[in-house]
Amino acid sequence: MHPPASAHRPFAARSLDWLRENLFSTPANALITLLTLALLLWAGSSFVSWAVLHAVWGRADVATCNALFGQGACWAVIADKWRHMLFGIYPQGEQWRSALAVVIFCAIIVLSAMRAFWHVWRLLALWLSGSLLCAWLLAGGFALTPVPTALWGGLPITLMLAVFGTLFAFPLGILLALGRRSALPIVRAASIVYIELVRGVPLITVLFMASIMFALFLPEGVSFDKLLRAQVAIVLFNAAYIAEIVRAGLQALPRGQYEAADALGLGYWQTQLLVILPQALKITIPAQVNSFIDNFKDTSLVIIVSIFDFLYAVRQAVISDLDWRHYFVEGYLFAMAVYWLFCYAMSHYSQWLEKHLSRDHRL
Amino acid sequence: MWSSERFRNIVYQIALLSLVGALIGYAAYNLVHNLESRAIAIGFSYLGQEAGFDVSETLIDYEPTHSYARAFVVGLLNTLFVSAVAIVAASVLGLVVGIGRLSPNWLLRKLAGAYVESVRNVPLILQLLLWYGVLTELLPPVAEAIVLGSAFLSQRGISLPWPTPHAGWWAALLGLFLAVLFAFLWARAVRRRRERAGRAPAVLWPSLAAGVVLPLAGWAVFGAPSELSTPAMTGFGFEGGKTVSPEFIALFLGLSVYTAAFIAEIVRGGILSVSRGQSDAAEALGLSRGQRLRLVILPQALRVMIPPLTSQYLNLTKNSSLAVAIGYPDLVSISNTTLNQTGQAIEAITLMMAVYLAVSLAISGLMNWYNHRVRLVER
Repeated sequence: MHPPASAHRPFAARSLDWLRENLFSTPANALITLLTLALLLWAGSSFVSWAVLHAVWGRADVATCNALFGQGACWAVIADKWRHMLFGIYPQGEQWRSALAVVIFCAIIVLSAMRAFWHVWRLLALWLSGSLLCAWLLAGGFALTPVPTALWGGLPITLMLAVFGTLFAFPLGILLALGRRSALPIVRAASIVYIELVRGVPLITVLFMASIMFALFLPEGVSFDKLLRAQVAIVLFNAAYIAEIVRAGLQALPRGQYEAADALGLGYWQTQLLVILPQALKITIPAQVNSFIDNFKDTSLVIIVSIFDFLYAVRQAVISDLDWRHYFVEGYLFAMAVYWLFCYAMSHYSQWLEKHLSRDHRL
Repeated sequence: MWSSERFRNIVYQIALLSLVGALIGYAAYNLVHNLESRAIAIGFSYLGQEAGFDVSETLIDYEPTHSYARAFVVGLLNTLFVSAVAIVAASVLGLVVGIGRLSPNWLLRKLAGAYVESVRNVPLILQLLLWYGVLTELLPPVAEAIVLGSAFLSQRGISLPWPTPHAGWWAALLGLFLAVLFAFLWARAVRRRRERAGRAPAVLWPSLAAGVVLPLAGWAVFGAPSELSTPAMTGFGFEGGKTVSPEFIALFLGLSVYTAAFIAEIVRGGILSVSRGQSDAAEALGLSRGQRLRLVILPQALRVMIPPLTSQYLNLTKNSSLAVAIGYPDLVSISNTTLNQTGQAIEAITLMMAVYLAVSLAISGLMNWYNHRVRLVER
């Protein structure tokens, strides 16, 4: 922040002012600056030397990397294995389908972020058609070679778990939120028990339950797919968190909205669907985006029940290859970069949204 | 009759109840049938049987000949221990980073911001795997351990000199406990006196003095032991001393670094929620920046911070279950071994969920009590 008077001073003088104000205002401040700078230079230079200057870039064989082990990063491991990392063991010739599914999932996420799509029917049409298209691309049938789910893997699975995990959890979450605020004691009790039970346990235990216990609850001989079981677990888990966000939105609405709907003679469902929910859901949009980010990160836990998601594929690609297994740091850093890109973009969008919405939609 | 709202409500609820009941009944019927055909007995009697597996890290005595119940307790204690230690570390780191994000120093502010943005946007399990991989694969093997004085850093973790058991050490620990108790009571007495008399003696120095003198006194009175067990390299590992496993270090570092990023944001939000006038008024009274923060801003910010902080502590405790991915013997990992050995999946998973639920409820109960204590009392 420059005082306006300094605006027409020369650039060098203004820079000096800025430095004095922001970095060297007091002796203590100057000391902090120097210490931080020293730390940054030390850590930064060793990282740059490892990751850039001495690194092996592009396609190279293991021997080249081994010669530089410990001094330079071996990005060749990613050049060599990127297909396995991104798409797992999906048949090589069909991997364009996985890639297209990733593009469609990303398109769903980006389009939902646009105002033009913020209408229930448009959103529903977008998410349903996009999801169906991806499911068809991955599974095959109707002119495409069928691929069993056991071969699915990589980034499309991570995106699928996150997108389906929100799509199907949403209606359940809304019902639970309405149930928790219902005047009917049994409905309220059932909703509270479900929500608190799920929120009190870690996702891993729910995944364990889905992968081990589900089979015991079904009639003998009936079993369904491992991937589907993990997906159901994620949906059931997310629903409880979405319910609490929707409940916060419901509580934020003034009583007058309910009274006005009553005065118009609307019934319970008409009141909720036409008056309450459209407003309540709008308030909760930033929180929903944050919950989607958490959900996206949490999908990585499925590796514990051996589902072939993106993280599992990266890990598998590097660790299972005896030649390359020492270069897991590079592999994990690549995975981190991908996750980070998604989450950082979404969290910035959510922050922007929060500012934007609070400015022109004050209730 | 259908037009009566009360009647309809009763019908709806009965319908819901019977639907849920039918679902549970159907699942239970299938369950009993399935278990019968697999010849698995339902019930918790397996808990009394001999576990037969070893656990690498335990806080209490444990042998493979002990029961499954004891193994379960070992896992629970490990979960609670790592969560408690990580909660303390994450809070301290989060507080420092959160204050750093509001520092007048541009460089520090940006550095703290970069920390938060890079850590919280990457899944925790990935961070844990990276920490664990670095600790177990990139550190030297035992024979070439890095020597730090009489401590060793290797693929087997950190081996430190550790006091050999002696009454004097326990007395010192008791002294430390008494000192904490003293500091707490002293602070309360001082606060009362300040409210009554306006002036009061210092809190910090007497407390610190007690913290040094009492443990020392306990140590000296009970024979002043000085014997330390130092780790010595043997063929496969270290003998003597205390070895902290790489699994524990990775889990501890991962949990604290990850949660600290979220706590930093809570601290920042809390401080920003205290109105500017408070800070100005404190400055007008001549308080330094540190004093303003400690005496005026933070106590008020704390009120806003407690509810979100509670949910972060709960998250951390639940996230400690990711230990199973790197092989730290926590509750989930031990339950998993148990259910693989006995086939008692229902019981093992139910028990595990029930314990997490109980721990979650206990933590939120505790924090609610604290929240109630520090709430704003309007006069």
